[in-house]
Amino acid sequence: MAEAHPVGFGWVMEAKRRGARVIHVDPRFTRTSAVADTYVPIRAGTDIAFLGGVINYILSNELDFREYVLAYTNAAAIVSEDFRDTEDLDGLFSGFDSETRTYDPSSWHYEGLEHHGERHDQHMQRETASAQQHQAHGPSVPAAPARDETLQHPRCVYQLLKRHYARYTPEMVEQTCGIPREKFEEIARAWAGNSGRERTTSLVYSVGWTQHSVGVQYIRTGAIIQLLLGNMGRPGGGIMAMRGHASIQGSTDIPTLFNLLPGYLPMPHHEKHATYADWVDSIRHPDQKGFWHNAGAFCASLLKAYWGDKATPDNDFCYGYMPRLTGDHGTYQQVLDMIDGKIKGYFLLGQNPAVGSAHGKAQRLGMANLDWLVVRDLFEIESATWWKNSVEVETGEIVPEECRTEVFFIPAASHVEKEGTFTQTQRLVQWREKALDPPGDARSDLWFFYHLGRIIRRKLAGSTLPRDRAILDLAWDYPTHGEHDEPSAEVILKEINGYEVATGRPLSTFMELRDDGSTVGGCWIYTGVYADGVNQAARRKSRHEQDYVAAEWGWAWPANRRILYNRASADPEGRPWSERKAYVWWDADKGEWVGQDVPDFEKKKPPSYRPPEGATGVEGLAGDDPFIMQGDGKGWLFVPAGLIDGPIPTHYEPVESPVRNPLYGQQANPTRKVYERAINPMNPSGPDAHAQVFPYVFAVSRLTEHHTAGGMSRTVAHLAELQPEMFVEVSPELAAERGLTHLGWAHVVTARAVVEAKVLVTDRLTPLRVEGRTIHQIWLPYHWGREGLTTGDSTNDLFGISLDPNTLIQESKVGTCDIQPGRRPTGKALLAYVADYRRRAGVTDDPHPPVVTAGEG
Amino acid sequence: MGVRTWIEGWPVYRQLTGTDPLGRGAAAMSQRSAGLAPRTGAADSMARSVCPYCAVGCGQRVYVKDGRVTQIEGDPDSPISRGRLCPKGSASKSLVTSPLRQTKVRYRRPYATEWEDLDLDTAMDMIADRVIAARAETWEDVDDEGRPLNRTLGVASLGGATLDNEENYLIKKLFTAMGAIQIENQARI
Repeated sequence: MAEAHPVGFGWVMEAKRRGARVIHVDPRFTRTSAVADTYVPIRAGTDIAFLGGVINYILSNELDFREYVLAYTNAAAIVSEDFRDTEDLDGLFSGFDSETRTYDPSSWHYEGLEHHGERHDQHMQRETASAQQHQAHGPSVPAAPARDETLQHPRCVYQLLKRHYARYTPEMVEQTCGIPREKFEEIARAWAGNSGRERTTSLVYSVGWTQHSVGVQYIRTGAIIQLLLGNMGRPGGGIMAMRGHASIQGSTDIPTLFNLLPGYLPMPHHEKHATYADWVDSIRHPDQKGFWHNAGAFCASLLKAYWGDKATPDNDFCYGYMPRLTGDHGTYQQVLDMIDGKIKGYFLLGQNPAVGSAHGKAQRLGMANLDWLVVRDLFEIESATWWKNSVEVETGEIVPEECRTEVFFIPAASHVEKEGTFTQTQRLVQWREKALDPPGDARSDLWFFYHLGRIIRRKLAGSTLPRDRAILDLAWDYPTHGEHDEPSAEVILKEINGYEVATGRPLSTFMELRDDGSTVGGCWIYTGVYADGVNQAARRKSRHEQDYVAAEWGWAWPANRRILYNRASADPEGRPWSERKAYVWWDADKGEWVGQDVPDFEKKKPPSYRPPEGATGVEGLAGDDPFIMQGDGKGWLFVPAGLIDGPIPTHYEPVESPVRNPLYGQQANPTRKVYERAINPMNPSGPDAHAQVFPYVFAVSRLTEHHTAGGMSRTVAHLAELQPEMFVEVSPELAAERGLTHLGWAHVVTARAVVEAKVLVTDRLTPLRVEGRTIHQIWLPYHWGREGLTTGDSTNDLFGISLDPNTLIQESKVGTCDIQPGRRPTGKALLAYVADYRRRAGVTDDPHPPVVTAGEG
Repeated sequence: MGVRTWIEGWPVYRQLTGTDPLGRGAAAMSQRSAGLAPRTGAADSMARSVCPYCAVGCGQRVYVKDGRVTQIEGDPDSPISRGRLCPKGSASKSLVTSPLRQTKVRYRRPYATEWEDLDLDTAMDMIADRVIAARAETWEDVDDEGRPLNRTLGVASLGGATLDNEENYLIKKLFTAMGAIQIENQARI
C-alpha cells in the first residue's frame, strides 16, 4: 500500500501513531513492510490457506463476536442435507459436472430451498461473469431460512465452516504458505484480539488480489473473517480494496463492461432475458427482501435515459432494441477472436493491452489481424505502434508490409483539459473542473463519442432498416459549447442522476425512480449526485470546516453514505456497540436513525420492526437486518447462491505452481475459465511431469514511480528518471543457485515468452520452506514496454490466459518460470528458445493437462 | 549598514531569536529569496481537480497562466489527501505538459511502415464509415431459435479506467444502441 497508494497509506500511519498495530503480508518486503509492526512473507497464491487458518483459529477457540455473528450473519442458517463439502470430495463441492466443469449449486442452498428460484445454469453464468452483478446486491435467496440460534446444528453455516477449515491448522499454514506457525499464531491472535465491541480491525488488499484464478474467493475469505469478528459496517473496520486507477470504481458502476449496464443491471442474455419482464424479474426476484425489489424502476428509468420519448410502457421502453449476450464476450475472448479474424474493428480508449493485459503476444497478434484499430491516448503507446516496434516485428511474426490493420491514433485530452467525475476507491464521486483547453487535435472521450454518434446518426438518417432504429431513436441531443463543440458533462451527469420527465426536476434518491416511464435515471445507484439541481460531486467544503466523515466533500454512492451497511455499527437494539465505536444509532426520542454518517437503513424503521408474514422487498427487512441489499438481510459467511466456484473459499494452488495442493487432490480451481489453444500453453504444474522445468514462483506488482502499463509514467521525465530500467528481484540464495549477478542481466522464461531484465539481488525476497523443500520466489514490475523515455521488456508477456470463473479476470499475479543469467535471444532464436522450453516441459497443444484432478489420488 | 541590520542579516541570529527555530522559513531567507513569489500567486486561474493515477482520489489544484499549466499541487482542503501527492501525482504537471504528448492525429495505412498525417474531421468521418460497415457485415438479427440478438460481434472496445463517469456512460449508451456488446474496460483486468 505504501508503494502503490502512498497517500492513502498516510492514514495507516496515522492509525499507527494512535496505537494501531500494522501487519503486512506480502511475498516481497516493501516500503509497507518497512514501517509495519510485523512483516510476514508468504508464498504467492496461498492466501486462502493463510486466511482459512485464521478462520480455523477463530472458530476452534470460539473467538467470534457472537452477538454480531448471530444477529447479522447467516451463521445460524441451516443448509441442505444434500450439501457435500470439499473435505468429503477431495476438493470438489457437491453438484460438480465434470463435462462443463461447473456446479449445479442447488445442494448449497438453505434447507428446503434447494430448488428455489430460477433454474441455475452455471455454465452460462460463468460465460457472462454474472456474479459481478452482485457488487451492488446479493443474489436471490428467499427471506426466512431455517435457523439454529444455538449454532449447534451440524448443518448450520457455523458448523459447516468449522468443519471445512478444521484442517487449516497452523501446521498446514506453515506447510502451504511457508509461514512459521509461531508467526501465524501471532497474527491470528492479534486480529481476533483487536476485534469486538471496543475495537475493530481493518483489512486492506490491493486489487492484485482479484488477479487470481480464485480472486473472488480470496476476498470472500477476508469477508468471512471480518464478519466473524464483527468488523463490517463499523468505523475502523471493513475490507478496503485499494483499486489502482483514478476511476476504476466508476468504470464498474457506470460500466464499459460487456456483461453489465449502469448500476450493475445485467446486459440482457438471449435465453434468460428474452422479454422485458424476464429481464426485470431476473433482477428483482419478486419473493426476496431488500432494496433490489425496486429493480423495475431502475430498468425502466435506464431505458428512458437511452431512448427518451420513444421509450414507453407500451413498447417495454424499447427493450426490444437491446443487444443480447450469448456467452463470453470478455476482453480475452475478444483477443482470441481477433486472432481468428472474427473482429473487424477495435477501439482502445486510454488503455494499453500490448503491455497491460496478460499474454502480450496474443494481444499484439490479435491487433495485427484487425481491419482497423482506433487508439485514443495522450502518447504513442505500444498498443499504437506494435506494427513497427514489437517483439513480434523482431521475430518476424508481424511483418509491417504484410499487416493490413489500419491504425488511427486520435490524441486525447488530459484530466485537466476536460471536466467530469472520477469515482475513487471508496465510492466517492469527485468532480474535476477544467483548467484549460486540450492542445491541437486532442479531445475528450466525451467529445469523441458524442460526435462519432452524431456523425453515424447523420449517415444513417433516413435508413429504413430495423437494426438502425435503435441508433436513430437514441436520445442523443446534448448541448455543446466552446470552439470544438464539447458536449456538456454536467448535463450528462444530470441524466446519470435521473430526473422527472414532466418537469425536468433532478431526483434526490433512487426511491423516487418509477417503473412507469415518468422518470429518467441513467445509473440508479448514482441518484442523488445531482440532488436539488446541485452538482454534489463538486462540493469542496474544507476538511478543516467539517468532521472526520467529511460528508460535504464530493458525494458517495449510494445516497452519500461513507460506510456501507453502517446499521451494523449499532447492536440489534440500535445502541452503539460501544461509546468508542459509536457511528450510527437509533434515537428513540426522535424515532429515527442518527449519527455521523447517512444511515444505510430506512431512516424511520425501528430496531424492533419485524416484517409481517410473507413480506418481501424493503418491507421484508427486519429492524436488525443491516445488510440491506442481501436477499435475507444478512452478511454471508456461506454463499448459498451466486458464485460459480463454491459456497466456501477453498485453497487451490495457482494454475501454475511448483507445489502439489497439500489439502486436496484437486490441484487448482476446477471451475476456472480456460482457453485451450495453441497460443495459450500452460506450464506444467505441481503433479504434472516436467514441472521442474519451471521451478520458480514469480509475482508481479507496481513501483511507486510508475503506473500500470507505463503510458502515463514512462513518458514523464521525472518518473522515468526515478525508475529508469526494467529489473527483476531475486534472493541471494537464488542468485547463487542460478549464477545471477547483481546489476547484471537475466532472463525469465515461461511457456509463452521470455523477457530480460537487470538483476537486483536483495533479501527483500525470502526463500520459503514449503513441503520440506525450498521454494524461491522472484518479483518483477510490469510497467515496461518499447515506447517512452525508459524502455524494456513487458512482464505481462510471461502470463497465459486463465480466468477467475466469477469475474473473468485473469490470473496475472502469480505463475511459474525459469530464470537464467544473461540476455535473452533475439529474432528467430527467441522463438526457438521458448519452443525448446516447451519441448522439455512436455507442453503440447493436445492434450492440455487435465483441469479436474480430484480423486486421482 | 548598521550593526543591528548586519546582525539581523545573519540567519543564525534570526533562527535563534525569531519564530523560525528550525531555520526552514523566514530565518533562512536571503534578500533574493525573500523577494520571490510562488508562481501559484501569479496564475490567471486555478481549477480544482483530482489526481489521474491511482484510485485514492487525491485533490489537486491546477494553476494556469497564459494558456499553460504552470503548477499542479495537492489540495490542502481535501479530507482524503490533506494537500499531499505521491511521486506520480507530483509529476502530473510533467504528464500534461510532456513534450512527448502526441497532439496530432496519426494514421497508419494498411501495410505501411510509417505514420502519416490526417485531418481530425476526416479521421472521424472515416471511423464512422468503418463502424457502419463492420456493423452491417457482421449484424446478427436473431439466434437459431428466432430470439432477438440485435447485435454485432465485429466491433470491440477496451477502455482505460481513467475515463470519466460521463464518458463511460456515453460510450456504453452509444455502443449499446449500435448493438456492439464487446465493450470492455480495465475493470475486467
